[in-house]
Amino acid sequence: MQVSYYPGCMLKTNAKNFETSALAVLDRLGVTARELEDWYCCGVCFSQASDNLMQQIAPIRTLVKTKESGNPQLLALCTMCYNTLKRSIEFIKADKDKLETIQEFMDREATRFYGDEVDVIDILSLIKQIGLDKLKEAIVKKVEDLKIASYYGCMLLRPKEIAIDSPDDPNIMEEIITASGCENVYFPFRTECCGSYQIVNEPDIVTDRAKKIVDSAVKNGADLMVMLCPLCYYNLDEVQTEIQKEDNTFQTIPVLYITQLLALLMGLDLDIHDFSLHSVDPRPVLKMKGLL
Amino acid sequence: MKRIGVFVCHCGINIAETVDIEAVVKDLKDYPGVAYVQDYKYMCSDPGQNMIKEKIKSEKLDGIVIAACSPTLHENTFRMTVKTVDMNPYNCEIANIREQCSWVHKDKNEATPKAKLIIKSVVEKALLDEELEPVKVPVVRKALVLGGGIAGIQAALSIANSGHEVILVERQSSIGGRMAQLSETFPTLDCSQCILTPKMVDVAQHEKIRLMTYSELEDISGFVGNFKVRIRQKTKYIDWDKCTGCGLCIEKCPKKVPSEFDQELGKRKAVYTPFPQAVPNKPVIDHENCTYFKTGKCKLCKMVCPFDAVDFDETDKFVEEEVGAIVVATGYDVYPVLNMDEYGSGKLPDVIDGLTFERILSSSGPTGGEVRRPSDGKVPKEIVFIKCVGSRDPENHFPYCSKICCMYTTKHAMLYKHRVHDGQPYIFYMDVRAGGKGYEEFYQRAQEEDNVIFLRGKVSKVYQDDDKVVVCGIDTLSGSNIEIRADMVVLAMAIRPSKGVEELAQLLKTAIDQNGFLTEAHPKLRPVESLSAGIYLAGCAQAPKDIPDTVAQASAAASMVSNLFAQEYLLHEPIITGVDEDLCSGCGLCITVCPYDARTLNREKSIVDVNEILCEACGACAAACPSGAAQQRNFTDKQLSNMIKAILI
Repeated sequence: MQVSYYPGCMLKTNAKNFETSALAVLDRLGVTARELEDWYCCGVCFSQASDNLMQQIAPIRTLVKTKESGNPQLLALCTMCYNTLKRSIEFIKADKDKLETIQEFMDREATRFYGDEVDVIDILSLIKQIGLDKLKEAIVKKVEDLKIASYYGCMLLRPKEIAIDSPDDPNIMEEIITASGCENVYFPFRTECCGSYQIVNEPDIVTDRAKKIVDSAVKNGADLMVMLCPLCYYNLDEVQTEIQKEDNTFQTIPVLYITQLLALLMGLDLDIHDFSLHSVDPRPVLKMKGLL
Repeated sequence: MKRIGVFVCHCGINIAETVDIEAVVKDLKDYPGVAYVQDYKYMCSDPGQNMIKEKIKSEKLDGIVIAACSPTLHENTFRMTVKTVDMNPYNCEIANIREQCSWVHKDKNEATPKAKLIIKSVVEKALLDEELEPVKVPVVRKALVLGGGIAGIQAALSIANSGHEVILVERQSSIGGRMAQLSETFPTLDCSQCILTPKMVDVAQHEKIRLMTYSELEDISGFVGNFKVRIRQKTKYIDWDKCTGCGLCIEKCPKKVPSEFDQELGKRKAVYTPFPQAVPNKPVIDHENCTYFKTGKCKLCKMVCPFDAVDFDETDKFVEEEVGAIVVATGYDVYPVLNMDEYGSGKLPDVIDGLTFERILSSSGPTGGEVRRPSDGKVPKEIVFIKCVGSRDPENHFPYCSKICCMYTTKHAMLYKHRVHDGQPYIFYMDVRAGGKGYEEFYQRAQEEDNVIFLRGKVSKVYQDDDKVVVCGIDTLSGSNIEIRADMVVLAMAIRPSKGVEELAQLLKTAIDQNGFLTEAHPKLRPVESLSAGIYLAGCAQAPKDIPDTVAQASAAASMVSNLFAQEYLLHEPIITGVDEDLCSGCGLCITVCPYDARTLNREKSIVDVNEILCEACGACAAACPSGAAQQRNFTDKQLSNMIKAILI
């Protein structure tokens, strides 16, 4: 199986371990992810302006490239990229006039794009599409009593038109965790916003949210928290260390990309992880549970 | 040849502005068969009608064509007019030159010739029209009421009290419906059962009412005044003729299952009556849960029954009846909490729907009327009520307002406060809709006397944290986020039409709206009639409504039934498709295409017989008939072909 792959900026910088682990896991599951040539920035945030169509050109250029690549299924690992790209498709599918206006600007592209030729997929849905049985077969390490808190964030679940699961009560990560042989910890803040870009100008908001989310996961007995979004990852990993500096009673929890956990359980090369990128060191827990 | 008069209406400027009336009149004068032509500004006005009457007499007309608006508007008016001067009403025809001509054209040069052709075509029809008499249909003066809640009870009693027979069919083993489940009723706080049970007993004792509980409508045929219904009496495994309702079987039954009546908070036995005040107060055996049916052993109930009423070999029975009118009062269900992902998807034990809270408040309920939460039986000290859950949410659930939640939630908070004096109730609301006699005062009282805190805003999330249910919402009046660590949450879930209404509507050949409720014939002027003649609506089957409104509508439906039964006979349109016995070969093609079962094969004469009452003149048989024996009255093949020729040639 082959899919097109869109990395986005974070996966080549701060979230290098997400990319390496995800690609290794997919490889083990028999999927070749072909990186798009000459990809653009996804646009970062889906533009809320309905009249400023310039904002749509970056994501749509990427979608055109996907169409040209011959692999119309486009894997976006970063959830922000997933959200932006997928919503751009919905945007132009819903409004043919806007599609036409956008196309007028796309003079460098030889290919016409109408919206339904390409589909953007996230890695959770892709794994489910490959089959949870296949995933089970690929797991080589049996762990006992490893309790995982799956954190969704918002980008995969909202707005509901592009949601990969129920926005309020999703289950897809838990299904994958169960298939991989770990135990699920349900915690009420798994779909709560991490504070997102408020980290730049209102860091207190993020601190507040991170504390709530982490407290809730810890309280429900989780050993590890897994997620998919590099921004959530930053907000929930980095900020924990900050909180602990202020409040030494605060209990931290190591944060991993879900693909890192799967890679460990599949017994893949440990070099893909680069644990130095983690602020809360996950190695003690991983050692204790026999994954290192 | 017949003498046809043509009357052309200006309809003010509605027609005259786009159709050259003068030219039309002039042209029609020379048309074969037309004896007289006259135009007038408003033909439907009194002077207009009088003119028509005069001219029919003075010009000795045999038939007339009124060139005016659509026949749906005034055909009946003009037919009644001609009747007063002894012309057969079916010799009065309408040529629609407004909706089908002047209103859809702008150019007078296009509209005028078209109007001429339309009128000429109808003149051709009028020339061959026969004189027809309406078919008289007898009325069966017996009504069927579907549903034994307060709506059905009220309708049945009201019809029966006007002296007509009623069959009341209820699918549960007892009548009473949702109202029997309620604790106390707004705005007077009188006990629901106390005001309902006397009515239930009245139903059981009324000599004109035949009560058929644990039964469902299986099939229906016929038409207004003459329905034939087939009712399935579901297997009770208890012979109610022998049973005295002593309750010994219930006492001895070893199997306990969650009670539907108590919203699964309490238990009932596998042989059971839904509640102690049931009418009829006789039990049924629940086949699915009965130990005997599961394992082949037990039969304790049979052993203890002093009257040998238990019969494990019983099967469904069918009863066929003829009725003249039907009242549909099938009630509502509550939209399940499991649809609300943001409120715990039904997984949190202390997050319940309003109907379940009614059972908790009810003195005959599982907690004996003490407010205790389902998870651990503790008395909740902080309780949150959320309104509009699933209602007024077109994006995710239903667009409509469930209407009763504002009042019953206020009542819930009040009753809670009356029982838990040191407790604090909160209500999250979108709007408070307290329209109704005494309702606003009731709402004021809840705020002023019972200290219910009303928070205007929606709740985004409800989750369990230790033994608390945390409610995260917003107060839009102060603009602040609110978090309440409550002990219990009650959701005012949307009201849905009760299960099976869609199938019932298909059976009754009547319509349901986009939300699944039965459609009334007119939203304002015919609110209790369905779209099918002789079928009336009452209660929440038509739309969410409270008890006073339900009782009012049920009484209105009963009065419509009485109106119908007061008529000596019903009239049926004589425009039906008959059979020319000389031409019919009895091939039976028309029988298969008839959607109304109006045609049957007469094997003796080898021709097709027509039931004139069932025929709705759709014309399917006339089109299918290979010999031309099936001719629709006043729409014969000859007439239709002449009409087409008038337009084309």
